Amino acid sequence: MSTRSGSELNTILKAEALDVAYGDFQVLWDAGIRVPDGEIVCLLGPNGAGKSTLMNTLSGLLKPRAGRVEFGGKRIDGLPPHRIVGEGLAHVLERRRLFPYLTVRENLLLGAHHPQARRRREESLRWVEGIFPFLAERQRQLAHTLSGGQQQMVAIARGLMARPRCLMIDEPFLGLAPKVVQDIGAVIQQINREGITVVFIEQNVELALRLAHRGYVLESGRVILEGPSAALLQSSEVKRIFLGG
Amino acid sequence: MTVEILLQSVISGILMGFVYALIAAGLSLIFGLMEIVNFAHGEFLMLAMFGAFWTWALWSVDPLLSLPLTTAALFLLGVLTYKGIIRWILDGPMLTQIFATFGLAVFLRSGAQFLFGVDFRLIQNPWIQGRISLGGLFIGLPQLTASLAALAAFGFLYWFLTRTETGLALQATAQDRQAASLMGIDTEWMFALGWGIGSACVGVAGALLAIFFYVFPDVGATFALLAYVTVALGGFGNVPATLLAGVIVGLVEVLGGVLINPALKYAVVFLLYLVVVLWRPQGLFGKF
Repeated sequence: MSTRSGSELNTILKAEALDVAYGDFQVLWDAGIRVPDGEIVCLLGPNGAGKSTLMNTLSGLLKPRAGRVEFGGKRIDGLPPHRIVGEGLAHVLERRRLFPYLTVRENLLLGAHHPQARRRREESLRWVEGIFPFLAERQRQLAHTLSGGQQQMVAIARGLMARPRCLMIDEPFLGLAPKVVQDIGAVIQQINREGITVVFIEQNVELALRLAHRGYVLESGRVILEGPSAALLQSSEVKRIFLGG
Repeated sequence: MTVEILLQSVISGILMGFVYALIAAGLSLIFGLMEIVNFAHGEFLMLAMFGAFWTWALWSVDPLLSLPLTTAALFLLGVLTYKGIIRWILDGPMLTQIFATFGLAVFLRSGAQFLFGVDFRLIQNPWIQGRISLGGLFIGLPQLTASLAALAAFGFLYWFLTRTETGLALQATAQDRQAASLMGIDTEWMFALGWGIGSACVGVAGALLAIFFYVFPDVGATFALLAYVTVALGGFGNVPATLLAGVIVGLVEVLGGVLINPALKYAVVFLLYLVVVLWRPQGLFGKF
């Protein structure tokens, strides 16, 4: 059902035939995705399907047992995570994972730790404060004292401080109030309009596919379905997996 | 018991407290980074003291002059310990981690006994000696020097951890290693650096203690025990809090000796330790 992403030329992030295991316990089997430059792509699937494992493999936190990952035409599997972020692929972990005992400002500054981003640090600070105006008045507050929604926004802002070409966000809406979910959805669309490719994980199919251009569906460690959001929303397979129908 | 003796004790307790704090800060920094207790921390201190002693004995270099060298040597020793031993046991069982550094401690102590013998050695005629009198109270100049230099080193460490890019990266690594690596921080290097800096702390402290303290292979044991108490008081991983905790330990030690019985001074310190771990296991000041 793939339509517009077929061309190699505008693929920014590509994973092929990934096998990933924790010790003897294999979590991903022959998993592959292709993220078109400039799109919003969501990874869908029930709990334990391997979505986070896939994202962690893309950002280098996990080493695949087999397969390859390419970003911007360059092979990145095997690189340590601190090198991959320097290539322009940033990753916001599940449950925000801010540095709890550092201030909001210190968290943001660390987002731009790698050399390329550090040169643009001041400019980047003004940029993310434009996207999240509340950041300006919270600079000196310790990260763990923020509300969940604010923490998520700081986490996304911290990811943006790396000046990524592609931002991956693991469950950006987890545990947030409907109003905050809307705000963060709007932010994802805004940064995408600024040219940043976004990959995110979400359990709620409706929510995810309304936001994303295309989706990948994982089940039991395999990518079983992919396609444009509109097509996936109509898919009976998606209904089977998520609605048990 | 006169007021003079009490005041005298308070002053010397505070002075030693700053040195304890510096030793404990190194231990706390390493623990905060990777939740490993360096049981060879006291032996590192012993090596630093011997380093200061031998540069004086062989080349007549005063410990204060050789201090940068001692500090650099201990930094290197810390990095090598991480690269050579710790890195390989990071994901190992807790017992492996304990016995790796404990074994290193035994090895270093026995090595020192073998090479240098068990004699107590003292540096004669250091630059700083004698004492000053302040309204009837006497303060040993070596102790005063060591104390203020330790305080300065502690201040430098604090500045480094909170005000520099690398210091923030160290803190970030301590608070969330995975998230730190996703910021572009080379966490492997941060671990090695943490061991280097943590060991350099006892490099400074050892050089300073060598001015007025006996140097012998077992000298690290007492200081290390006091450092564990200090770290537990301050909260494991909370580097700034070790300053106050060090002063508390110094005061309790001296006052316990004066008010109760000199033979019981460490017993009082460890009683305090027991009270704290039972009543506030996270330390008096909690997380940094």
